[in-house]
Amino acid sequence: MKKNKEKRNLFSIEILGIVLGLLWIAPFYLMLVNAFKTKREIFGGVLGLPESLAFENFVQAFIDLEFLKSLFNSVLITGLSILVIILFSSMAGYALARNKSKLSGIIFFIFVAAMLIPFQSVMIPLVSIFGQANMLNAGGLIFMYLGFGCSLSIFLYHGAMTGVSKTMDEAAIIDGANRFQLFWYIIFPLLKPISVTVGILNVIWIWNDYLLPSLVLSEANATIPLKMFYFFGQYTKQWHLALAGLTIAIIPVIIGYFFAQKQIIKGVSEGAVK
Amino acid sequence: MQNRSIWFWLFLTPVILGLGIVVVIPFIYGFIFSFTDWNGITATKFLGFEHYINLFQEDEFMDSIWFTVKFAVITVILLNFFGLGLALLVTRNIKTNNLLRTVFFMPNLIGGLILGFIWQFIFVSVFDDIGTLFGIENLQGWLSTTGTGFWGLVILTAWQMAGYIMIIYIAYLENIPKDLIEAAKIDGANGFQRFKNITFPLVAPAFTVSMFLTLSMAFKIYDQNLSLTNGGPFNSTQMVAMEIVRTAFSDHQMAYAQAKAVIFFFIVAVIALTQVYYNKKREVEM
Repeated sequence: MKKNKEKRNLFSIEILGIVLGLLWIAPFYLMLVNAFKTKREIFGGVLGLPESLAFENFVQAFIDLEFLKSLFNSVLITGLSILVIILFSSMAGYALARNKSKLSGIIFFIFVAAMLIPFQSVMIPLVSIFGQANMLNAGGLIFMYLGFGCSLSIFLYHGAMTGVSKTMDEAAIIDGANRFQLFWYIIFPLLKPISVTVGILNVIWIWNDYLLPSLVLSEANATIPLKMFYFFGQYTKQWHLALAGLTIAIIPVIIGYFFAQKQIIKGVSEGAVK
Repeated sequence: MQNRSIWFWLFLTPVILGLGIVVVIPFIYGFIFSFTDWNGITATKFLGFEHYINLFQEDEFMDSIWFTVKFAVITVILLNFFGLGLALLVTRNIKTNNLLRTVFFMPNLIGGLILGFIWQFIFVSVFDDIGTLFGIENLQGWLSTTGTGFWGLVILTAWQMAGYIMIIYIAYLENIPKDLIEAAKIDGANGFQRFKNITFPLVAPAFTVSMFLTLSMAFKIYDQNLSLTNGGPFNSTQMVAMEIVRTAFSDHQMAYAQAKAVIFFFIVAVIALTQVYYNKKREVEM
């Protein structure tokens, strides 16, 4: 009797969940359905299914977005930034965790405190400084991502180091390894789970960033969000093309999410709770 | 000892250069130049607090602060309500819970700029069609008034971030010992009592974390604002972050924009530090 009631309860919760889930993906559904319509059909109504599939919207959007080029720029900039952030933050997190001096405490505090500074508060001088140094380009952008990304990453690596026993260091030093060998051959592999978390958190942010690239990159080197902004401005009143473009821009993320959803959710949860 | 400090500094050099050149130096530089007539390259005279006095008398800036505060208060409430609600839902023993987590979290992976464009379509075209179909006038003309622009931004943000807050609550919910719930069940506590006396107190720290995140996020929102309403109509839905970018790069008033950016920093820092303080105090109590 009681079991039955519990089952019924669970069933209604399941239904509620499915309804909410459908509501949650409705915007993507509406985007996709209307991306396949002609301009005239969208004007006639956005709720129905398309009469026939207007693939030419996607072809046009693909060409105008210079999609392969913007995808390449996004992959290159995000990839290199993540690489640099993981490399240098893990080293710094290790050094700060192992050297227990007052100075290293202060340095660690500065890195953590820097997280309080919102981007807009440094944006104008940053652009000015990099402009005068002729560094408003992809290289400069990657360096900026290191500066903005290293704080949280060092914080996470520093926390993870407490789980790595100091005897590791001692044993390796006795065996004649220098600090670099010790770090790259022994410590860094042990930090792999936290590297995954650091990588995921930074990828989500850097891949989607719009404002910083818009200040640094020219249209010729645009990443996907930046190109999307120009593209959208061009097709404000032509939803069939705009929606096809948005769909194309989202596809790489959906593919990535499909393959790495477990790690992504785990990474985000670790990053948020710490 | 000498050897030890060499590797220490070698390991730290890249990030010190990164943070120093990208964050610390621009921060100090910007603070100093906010007191001058700096045009982005050079400054000719020291103006003292002139920019700061002016910005507090500027309607557009004060409106953007007020709009941002209202937005932050509402989104923090909604996000925690939905975040906890969704977390409670997907931690139940239902078949679809993994799939639902994936779905609720998905918008977080797609940039605010793109999501704003998608929702622009929803509010302008889809709402309009539904309004016509069912004769609901309130659904028409969305984003063309200040009120609908405000709620548009709230809905977009709640939809986008709820899944993120859900993840935080899930982490805390899953740490609640199962036998505690079982024991309460045997003692005859109903679902509401179990929630009120066990679940809720144990996820309270999650609330502190998510409140910190949602508040600072709500204050810093830019992309969604740009792509959904572009600040319109008549700059009435323009948040502080966008207001600063506009003053700097559309109006080219660099020093004045920087003064706004300094104020913006103080607002965000005060919120964050108050949160940390509150957090610490609570931890002592527990």
